[in-house]
Amino acid sequence: MTPQLLLGGVLLAAMVLYALGAGADFGGGVWDLLAAGRSGERQRAAIAHALGPIWEANHVWLILIVVLLFVCFPLAFATITTALHVPLTLMLIGIVLRGAAFTFRTYDRDDVRVKRRWSRVFAIASIITPVMLGVCAGAVLSGRIRVDPATSVMTSDFVTPWLAPFPFAVGLFALALCSFLAATYLTLETTDRELRRAFRARALGAAIAAGVLAWVSFLLARHGAPAMHHGLSSRAWSLPFQVTTGLVALGALAALWQERYVLARALAIAQVTLVVCGWGFSQFPALVVPDITIANAAAPDSVLRAILWALACGAVVLFPSLWWLYRLFKAGAARESRTEP
Amino acid sequence: MTNLLAARLDMAVSLAFHIVFAAAGIAMPLLMVVSEWLWLRTRDPVYLELTKRWLRGTAILFAVGAVSGTVLSFELGLLWPRFMRWAGPVIGMPFSLEGFAFFLEAIFIGIYIYGWDRVRPLTHWLAGVVIAVSGCVSGIFVVCANAWMNTPAGFRMAGGEAVDIRPFAAMLNPAAFQQVLHMTIAAYLAIAFAAAGIHAWALRRDPGNAFHRRALAIVLGIAAVCAPLQLVSGDVSARQVGHAQPVKLAALEGQWRTERGAPLRIGGIPDERTETTRHAIEIPGMLSWLVHGDRNAELKGLDQVPHADRPPVTITHLAFQLMVASGTAMLVVALLGAFLWWRRRALPVSRWYLGLVVLASPLGLVAIEAGWTVTEVGRQPWIVYGIMRTRDAVTPMPGIAVPLVVIAALYLLLAGVVLTLLRRQVFASPGMAAARRGARR
Repeated sequence: MTPQLLLGGVLLAAMVLYALGAGADFGGGVWDLLAAGRSGERQRAAIAHALGPIWEANHVWLILIVVLLFVCFPLAFATITTALHVPLTLMLIGIVLRGAAFTFRTYDRDDVRVKRRWSRVFAIASIITPVMLGVCAGAVLSGRIRVDPATSVMTSDFVTPWLAPFPFAVGLFALALCSFLAATYLTLETTDRELRRAFRARALGAAIAAGVLAWVSFLLARHGAPAMHHGLSSRAWSLPFQVTTGLVALGALAALWQERYVLARALAIAQVTLVVCGWGFSQFPALVVPDITIANAAAPDSVLRAILWALACGAVVLFPSLWWLYRLFKAGAARESRTEP
Repeated sequence: MTNLLAARLDMAVSLAFHIVFAAAGIAMPLLMVVSEWLWLRTRDPVYLELTKRWLRGTAILFAVGAVSGTVLSFELGLLWPRFMRWAGPVIGMPFSLEGFAFFLEAIFIGIYIYGWDRVRPLTHWLAGVVIAVSGCVSGIFVVCANAWMNTPAGFRMAGGEAVDIRPFAAMLNPAAFQQVLHMTIAAYLAIAFAAAGIHAWALRRDPGNAFHRRALAIVLGIAAVCAPLQLVSGDVSARQVGHAQPVKLAALEGQWRTERGAPLRIGGIPDERTETTRHAIEIPGMLSWLVHGDRNAELKGLDQVPHADRPPVTITHLAFQLMVASGTAMLVVALLGAFLWWRRRALPVSRWYLGLVVLASPLGLVAIEAGWTVTEVGRQPWIVYGIMRTRDAVTPMPGIAVPLVVIAALYLLLAGVVLTLLRRQVFASPGMAAARRGARR
């Protein structure tokens, strides 16, 4: 295993963790917007309660991803930030407004109108961000970001790589996955049966939407991202991998249907992990399809080795702290919900 | 407006906004931790209330700092991709380590805010200590990366690529120590003064309030320690700039010509046309002495480099004067407070002194903004001193004026909301009975 490949793996792992944590937090924003019915306000309260202690920590994975990208694969970082300036800027505005509005809602006046205004901003920003992240992922896969390998100069323009059906389909797929994760987690964040049923219904709906959008993305990929389409439909590992992902997704649906929430959450986590890894594998070894690869974008090995050591030392303090955070605020909710009749 | 200027302004707006929240992220946790320690020791409910109020402030400021910091990490590429393409690996070490420090800060702030009744009191306090330490450390790493742009080290350039990269040598570059020291103290000093001013304002209206008295005692104590230290660190910093970046020193001192026995100029307006600095109070030989330890030493002026390699002198010089003036004023106010405290054996709460503290309260943040202007504008036209020009680093993406306007408007809005919330959540006088009882004691 070369340092380049190891760091590519670390990057992918960080993306999985970001999707599982922050992805669900964005999904929480979606359900805040769509909160309705008799239990609407209680839904909002449960979402805020679930996000409060953890959203900032979940968000930091994105910063780590960005840093690892510019440190280890600087050419990929420079190309992505140049070609995708517009969607990335929109995503940043979403990130700023989401975090700010969530915090402002917590600390602003206890006035329904004021809270509702911040809720609206929080929810809309929570939708913009994952869609734009998905658009960027789709554009990276599309093969329309072109770089002259000899000079490292970008030869494509600033719009066509992302302003196309395929990236937006991926963006909506990402949004559906986030919503699915959030609703599935939320079934275990409450002891209120009515709420749990509401989140279960939402999780089922989002799961079906995610399934449909996965197919739409795949069909659009034939023209929108030919290399990826080819990879997904012809590589040896691809078919079993996709079948597994599909089975896990169906398993999650079935578990939700049968109200086996702990199992459903585990399967949802597995499903999103498989989707993100499938994305990574389908474009391997390219970082920006087709011109920028792990090999031609990597920083010198001396840097990569030093960074690997830094990551190893950082992980020793990071993971126990994260584990404690989640144990404090998440284990309790699951235990309460299991003991409930 | 050229795209380059728009990109520079975009970066400037983003940094100027973020730095306030970054400073709060470094210093506010210290305030909280001191106050919570006093609560644990004395069981005086006023300290608990104070801890919770400062915590609310920290929570608001930290959240906005976290998201505006994310904007910056992307803007390195969105605005300066040609710089990051080769410099990313060289300055990657401090950024990677900062990632972990920031992670810890984010994790423990969650535990601290929401964990009051989930962990034991001492554990809760220790979580606060982790926030304070990791906040400080993450600031240190980021400043190391900035210092590298001033004194690039730990690599060699060959054909537009960085080779022979030594990540730790790059991180611990020659300016790192001085810049880190200066910025870290600045964060504590600025936040202490900002908080002191607000509690002093409240005390002028409600003189007996124990809540504001105790708050003021903590922040004035921090300010009295930091202000003199900052004088020393400023001196260390200026000497380092004098040796490593003589052009920047010449710009910030308004020193146009290379001369022996250069004077220290206080104030003054540089005239870029006649290449003189007018209306300054000059102390003969002082600048040569400060930089080289010899009143007659030769000090390099702006004339040592061609016009194309000089930073904008007026902005750099005026920003530097503003920073030094603010620092000096804070030093006077802090030392006066310490003196009065010692003389009367009681917190100085006379109206005139509180008024002075209120007047001085924005000066720390003013000094930080001015100081960053000196560092960044004084480094121009270079993005990496002596190696890469800012104009060669800018993105080919056209129309950067658009994100500039959007980001500026967004941040203006956020600043307004944050100020309103802070006023309501942190600084309003609590009507609690304990504050009244405490006042009589």
